[in-house]
Amino acid sequence: MTLIMNGVTKRFGKFTAVDNISIEIPEKQIFGFLGANGAGKTTTFRMVLGLIDPTAGTISWGGSPIDYERTDQIGYLPEERGLYPKLKVKDQIIYLGRLRGMDKNDILTELNIWLERFKITDYLDKKVEELSKGNQQKIQFISAVIHKPKLLILDEPFSGLDPVNVELLKNAVIELKDAGTTIVFSSHQMDTVEELCEYLCIMQHGKPIVHGSLKDIKRSFGKKNLFIHADFDLTFLKDHPGVVAQKLFPEGCKLQIESEAVSQTVLTELNDKGFVRKFALEEPSLNDIFIEKVGESYA
Amino acid sequence: MRKFWIVLSHSYLTRLKSKSFMITTALFLLFILLMANFQTIIDLFDQDSQLDRVAVIDQSDELFAILDEQIDQGDYNFELARYDGTLEDAEQAVLDGEYIGVLELEVDAEQLPVASYHTDQLSNQSVQYQLESQLQQIKVAIATNQAGIDQEVLESIYQPVPFETVAIAQADGTTSRTEEEISGARGLVYVILFLLYFAVITYGNMIAMDIANEKSSRVMEILISSSSPIGQMFAKISGIALLGLTQIGIFLLAGYFVIQSKQEELVGGFFEAFGFTDIPASTYVYAVVFFLLGYLLYATLSAMLGSLVSRMEDVNQLMMPVILLVVAAFMIAMIGLSTPEANFVTVTSYIPFFTPLVMFLRVGLLEVPTWEIAISIGIMIATIILLALIGAKVYRGGVLMYGRGVSLKDFKQALQLSKKE
Repeated sequence: MTLIMNGVTKRFGKFTAVDNISIEIPEKQIFGFLGANGAGKTTTFRMVLGLIDPTAGTISWGGSPIDYERTDQIGYLPEERGLYPKLKVKDQIIYLGRLRGMDKNDILTELNIWLERFKITDYLDKKVEELSKGNQQKIQFISAVIHKPKLLILDEPFSGLDPVNVELLKNAVIELKDAGTTIVFSSHQMDTVEELCEYLCIMQHGKPIVHGSLKDIKRSFGKKNLFIHADFDLTFLKDHPGVVAQKLFPEGCKLQIESEAVSQTVLTELNDKGFVRKFALEEPSLNDIFIEKVGESYA
Repeated sequence: MRKFWIVLSHSYLTRLKSKSFMITTALFLLFILLMANFQTIIDLFDQDSQLDRVAVIDQSDELFAILDEQIDQGDYNFELARYDGTLEDAEQAVLDGEYIGVLELEVDAEQLPVASYHTDQLSNQSVQYQLESQLQQIKVAIATNQAGIDQEVLESIYQPVPFETVAIAQADGTTSRTEEEISGARGLVYVILFLLYFAVITYGNMIAMDIANEKSSRVMEILISSSSPIGQMFAKISGIALLGLTQIGIFLLAGYFVIQSKQEELVGGFFEAFGFTDIPASTYVYAVVFFLLGYLLYATLSAMLGSLVSRMEDVNQLMMPVILLVVAAFMIAMIGLSTPEANFVTVTSYIPFFTPLVMFLRVGLLEVPTWEIAISIGIMIATIILLALIGAKVYRGGVLMYGRGVSLKDFKQALQLSKKE
């Protein structure tokens, strides 16, 4: 089931939160939403879930909008984490799981598998408020995926986690995708998006400024990165024709060049200048694309 | 529908199992037990101390015997003791704590009693009033005796006038309420007034708290992405209603057993004081109907308001107007108890927020035509539906709103957020 947004716009009074988004999110893939704070990601998710209605445009999943008939097939991890602070982990997950149409025994079986996986089996009978923030987030994640949803929406799933826990959650996400779940998630962290997503969309001020598959986006960006480590001063390369930008490091520099061909003229220029330790031509990182598209103000 | 029951049982069971619920219920039960055994407890304290004694210096030689006999027969918490010393000695004995006071009795020129009471406990006036009224009786007896009127004539003079109120039958054979029916209904109205007042404030607050809690802990967004907000709102209202019925049921059951066990003491006491013995069955039916409708009305209002706040601290502030409404209804009903036919009672009985108390009062005390009751119930149901529709919209939009404080602007914004376009 493909998720299709067609000309979706949401206005709050005079403020336009989401402006004319038209994208298709393919089935059984991971789709990333990138954007600065306030770019309209959360509003888009809420419209997809049917929590708020778009001002204009349509959203359909497998041919019709998502309504309460189909919520059992959807998992949602909101950006604002929320659990009952006074309820035990067990009761919490049982309640939320039953609201997603599961029965109690299945929930308990699944919950134990997940707790084991996240190495927090001791917390089954603890109140949520007694858990650390990272562990609360794991419980929140479990509540979003315990009913094996077909469509999983994760709003900033990795924010506020330490690297070990990010890895744990990332692996879980990949496994869910392999099991056939369509996953839509938003993030500020470029490296995670690059690692996980095949498809993505960069949003700014409610508008999708780039979207498509990661490969296509990188290819159409055109510009490449050139890493040079050398014993001599490299500042003169700044004025080399075809060089867009230069960033100096202690051991060398990173050049952004207009096309692959420029690398060869740079190579010629470096000849006879001295000892060159590293000369590498690389694809642009998502970070480069994001900064260029969204603006220097946000890094 | 399945999810409706899940939410309902969740809000019922978590509240039922909570410590605060158990503690309040236990405290209330304790209170009922204490009230039921009030007399026993008072007696217990009184038995510890001996009866207070009043020293009597009798100059007339006859009065003491008569007065002592009367005090002995009556149920007083003091007794008399003849004192043969001087007044000064007696006063000293009072200061030493031996007596609570000294009563000096004399007769005047016409052989009528004259008394003076000396005490250091001027605040305890019951003793002197009781002594005074007993002496008054003695005086009347002596005076009439001197005037040559015999005892039987005196008794017939003091006999109350036979006075009976008879209701005139209507053309269709129905009579207006008899005195007994009205006083019975009055008792029931009192009870329902208090129950509804208690229920609206306690359980309405609980609903608003529950919703605000789900909002402030941000679990709301997951909930409304799982099942419809409107269904959740009514599941919550029903869950808390069930909790209320459980709690009131426990109290009534406890009350019933207490009354059963105390039957000898209470027969003709409590029930007759409230006049529960002579009430038409329809009044009970109306009591249940108006109680449930009243609860539903105020619960829907509370749920709507609860979804507007995002912090627990704001709940009380927002519940204020609701509580004021209940208090207003309560005041009107209280005044209306003595003047049920007054114009303002008739008018306010149609205002939905006052109907459950005021219309019930009219139904209980007067002969209200069925169509009038039907109209007021109709208005109430319409208001509940209207409030539910608005409430559901506000709830849907309000749960996604996280602002500080509450204002009319938030209300508008909540409606806007939920707008279908």
